[in-house]
Amino acid sequence: MNGLIAILQTVLFVSLAPLLAGWLKLCKCCLQNRKPPSLLQPYRDLLKLTRKHPVVAEQASWIFTKAPYIIFSATLMAASVVPLIAVDLPTSAGADMIVMVGFFAFARFFLALAGLDIGTAFGGMGSSREMTISSLAEPAMLMAVFTLAMAASTTNLSVAIAHVLNEGLVLRPSFVFALFALILVGVAETGRVPVDNPATHLELTMIHEAMILEYSGRHLALIEWASQLKLMLYGVLIANIFLPWGIAETFTAEALLYGLLAIIAKLAVLAIALAISETLLAKMRLFRVQEYLSFAYLLGLLGLLSHIILEVSH
Amino acid sequence: MALSTMDIYTQAILSTAALIGLTSFLMLGQSRLLRMIFVFGLQGLLLTITTVLVAYSTDNHHLYISAGLTLALKVVFIPWMLRREVITMNMHRDVQALTNKTTIMLGGASLMVFSYYVLHPIVHTTTAVMLNALAVSLSVVLLGMLLMIAHRQAIAHVVGFMSIENGLFFAAIVATNGMPMVVELGVAFDVLVAAVLFGIFFLHIRTSIDSLDVDLLNRLHEVDK
Repeated sequence: MNGLIAILQTVLFVSLAPLLAGWLKLCKCCLQNRKPPSLLQPYRDLLKLTRKHPVVAEQASWIFTKAPYIIFSATLMAASVVPLIAVDLPTSAGADMIVMVGFFAFARFFLALAGLDIGTAFGGMGSSREMTISSLAEPAMLMAVFTLAMAASTTNLSVAIAHVLNEGLVLRPSFVFALFALILVGVAETGRVPVDNPATHLELTMIHEAMILEYSGRHLALIEWASQLKLMLYGVLIANIFLPWGIAETFTAEALLYGLLAIIAKLAVLAIALAISETLLAKMRLFRVQEYLSFAYLLGLLGLLSHIILEVSH
Repeated sequence: MALSTMDIYTQAILSTAALIGLTSFLMLGQSRLLRMIFVFGLQGLLLTITTVLVAYSTDNHHLYISAGLTLALKVVFIPWMLRREVITMNMHRDVQALTNKTTIMLGGASLMVFSYYVLHPIVHTTTAVMLNALAVSLSVVLLGMLLMIAHRQAIAHVVGFMSIENGLFFAAIVATNGMPMVVELGVAFDVLVAAVLFGIFFLHIRTSIDSLDVDLLNRLHEVDK
């Protein structure tokens, strides 16, 4: 039974990710006075791409053709670790947040390899930029996540969320810092506006798009889907760690349905906030990303410090 | 004493304490003067909120007056005055980059650890809230000093000085539920006078060296070396 719910949760994750991307695009278009595409457009795009025949360059090695599958399955594994509608599921009991970050790193490694594999200038440039950013973002993210881990004295996400949930409303200064740090890192890691522009194909500014420039057909569909999944993952992390209310603790149908509605509402609000920030902010220069991420790291560090200074009993 | 066993006011006071620490860091890393002054105003606002919280939770009515004074002076008047100075001296477009920002920020973080370390011996003689408040206020004081060392503009020095005063005020409010009213009125008046005096100083520095960059004061030797 629990296993079934775990599978259901992962399936929900995968099937809702394009919807979130569509909703985000819709919000952004409305804010920018453009006519929005349908909410289901990302599904149509994915379907269209899977029907098309992939074109692979002659120089491509096996890494290039296998990488989309590896990236998608690693992101899928990371998604199965994160509690979406219910805590205390067998998949999330098996792996903790460090493993989740590890899955992200694994997927990113293969994405960067695939970018380098063809040997085009853009691919290599995109890979090098992605690695630069992620090497700075990862410690900041771990700092933010460790703040939660220290508050709950466990690194297991599911147990930690249940701990926050059961403690009731406690104003934690450290969580304020960790929340800001995680938002900054999430924006950087999913390639949203101040760091990377997901809508651009302008060569000099792109990071994520540069690496996947050579992909087409179902390979491209898988990579796009994985990046939508990653966006949703960060959204769920932020929503469920800091505002866990609504998530199901028992496995009854009502509790699960309520959990689903709660997470959809939370993600919808988060996406609106992201759309507003993407409309207000301009993309920053690549060399300022390091300052931005070191600020995120500092916030994470302060969160950890203020947990030790302000919250632990002496 | 764990956080979850404290009442909601204490939790809120601790949260504002953390945010006050954060604003100190934001000021330290800011390279534009107007934004630094805005963050300074924000710190004043957080201080006002803390004062009101303490006044409400301990039922000390005279603290409302000092909250009002803080609001009027540190959120409205001083930021407004500094802002006007920056704009009349036409410095609001200048970006004065810190020479090594990362080092300074990490230095700030270690100052925070240091201030906690210094206060650690009093753990046994005091409550957790007071210890934390003292640790945060000491680090705000030290960060204010670091701000004055790291930045070169005279206006940044004034902001650093005022944030040192904020740190001391925060300690007084949280640890001892406010000083006697006479002292608080005196301090508020002093801050006001200091702000006006700094304005005159700015004018003098600028007429003598034609800039507010205090590094240029090093050139004022009587004999050329």
